[in-house]
Amino acid sequence: MSSRIQLSGVGQTFWVRGDEDKKLREFVALDGVDLDIAAGEFVTLVGPSGCGKSTILDLVAGLAKPSAGTLTIDGAPITGPGLDRSVVFQQYTLLPWRTAQANIELALEAKGGLTRRERAERASTYLDLVGLSEFANRYPHELSGGMKQRIAIARSLSYEPEVLLMDEPFGALDAQTRERLQEELLAIWERTGTTVVFITHDIDEAVFLGQRVAVMSARPGRIREVIAVDLDREGAGETDLRGTRQFAECRHQIWSLLREQQRPTLAQVGQEVHRVA
Amino acid sequence: MSPSTLLEERTAARPNPRQEEAAKAKGVAFGRGRALTFGRGLAGILALALAWEYAPRLELVNPYFFPPLHVVLQEWWAMAQSGELWRNVRSSLVRSGAGFGLAIAIAIPLGAAIAWYRPVREFLTPTLEVFRNTAALAILPVFTLILGIGETSKIAIVLYACFFPILLATIAGVATVDPQLLRSAKVLGMSPVTTFRKVVFPAAIPTIFTGIRISGAVSILVLIAAEYVGANAGLGFLISYSNANFLIPKMYAAILTTSALGLAVNYGLVWLERRFSRWRTA
Repeated sequence: MSSRIQLSGVGQTFWVRGDEDKKLREFVALDGVDLDIAAGEFVTLVGPSGCGKSTILDLVAGLAKPSAGTLTIDGAPITGPGLDRSVVFQQYTLLPWRTAQANIELALEAKGGLTRRERAERASTYLDLVGLSEFANRYPHELSGGMKQRIAIARSLSYEPEVLLMDEPFGALDAQTRERLQEELLAIWERTGTTVVFITHDIDEAVFLGQRVAVMSARPGRIREVIAVDLDREGAGETDLRGTRQFAECRHQIWSLLREQQRPTLAQVGQEVHRVA
Repeated sequence: MSPSTLLEERTAARPNPRQEEAAKAKGVAFGRGRALTFGRGLAGILALALAWEYAPRLELVNPYFFPPLHVVLQEWWAMAQSGELWRNVRSSLVRSGAGFGLAIAIAIPLGAAIAWYRPVREFLTPTLEVFRNTAALAILPVFTLILGIGETSKIAIVLYACFFPILLATIAGVATVDPQLLRSAKVLGMSPVTTFRKVVFPAAIPTIFTGIRISGAVSILVLIAAEYVGANAGLGFLISYSNANFLIPKMYAAILTTSALGLAVNYGLVWLERRFSRWRTA
């Protein structure tokens, strides 16, 4: 049901034209990325903006080819998109002219091999999974952001991929909706056993969701460290997991890693100026 | 107190979207009742009709060149009864309908191909730019020379004039499809053909319709002008013929019919557009 993803020595460069000198040059987005993701694992990828998180996701999804290194899934190289992997983007990417139900059916139409009845049944099952059965006939513009993203998740799960790739899916949602969806996502993950690779720039989100958190550094994008998150998730529904000591320690560790690579903050620059003067 | 200026209308207090969502209801703007809106519109039309009726009667304008409305309407009724009106309307409708329909049938596939295939786009764009900037009426004599003064040249000129708005709208509609939607189609492993059919074309329909609506108006406009020169039936012919023979009320009746036809075409297309894009607004 699930899958082992392996990235070794993955590099990605793009051609860019400089804003000032107008010259063509290479931009190194990723350099020597090694990452092993076990079958059924929930891995979060956290890093500063522009560090190449989404580039990694594009490569695993098969939307782009790496300039260097290899990506394999279950030992087979990734050559293009496939229905064994699915992606949830930050922008909900629902077709505005299709209802919630029909949007999920779209994925099943693409998969093929199902009759109209089967598609409709499967779509309702997954609408139910994300708790939106009542909204089956609503168009995307009649749904809130959180609902749209739940539909997008249902669509991605509907064709039963082995790997779910998520690119900051909750980034555009308000804090409460985001927390609720995080909990729902964990529940779905536990039920389906799908391998999840989840990108975020929010440390709390990375720690809360991931079994392991891969911390990235920017320019060139590299995996700096992979941290195992050891949280006691028993009875997570009642206790405030984010308030525990383990959570705070984990969070602080990642925070320090990300802080180390940042440029000095304004306050530090201010002190520097003060000292010189 | 109903808002009467745009400033008041736009800044009136109303629930924000989250409150609307919580209440599962939409905010209501007062003073925008349908009856009032309709009543005011009707009053405007009535004012125009009265001005048309009384300006000639009070000799503010020469009643011979600008007869009162009731004279024009009487003439219109007589023409409708004798079948003269329908004969001319029909021949205009056939011409603009054929040209308009052909334009839709050719411009949409061509526009889609131009937007979808880069080599096609790069090959055709400069040529099309040249033609697009050549006014249809400027080459009307060419059409008449080549295709004669019969139906063919009139249909061709309507086709030519209707072609570009639809073509450009199709190119714009297809080219501006949200790349995110294309990426998600790719993730779903859809073939380019399926992607076009299920994602790109439906997304482009609202934009294409803008072009179709422009062309609908153009089809009548250009046809009337074409019928001025060398035709023996049609609304344009009727207008120029009546004018030349000092049948002034008849001329105004024909002009009124042209307006009515334009209105009908426009509202018909608006209705069709709504049917095709019902998902856009609740």
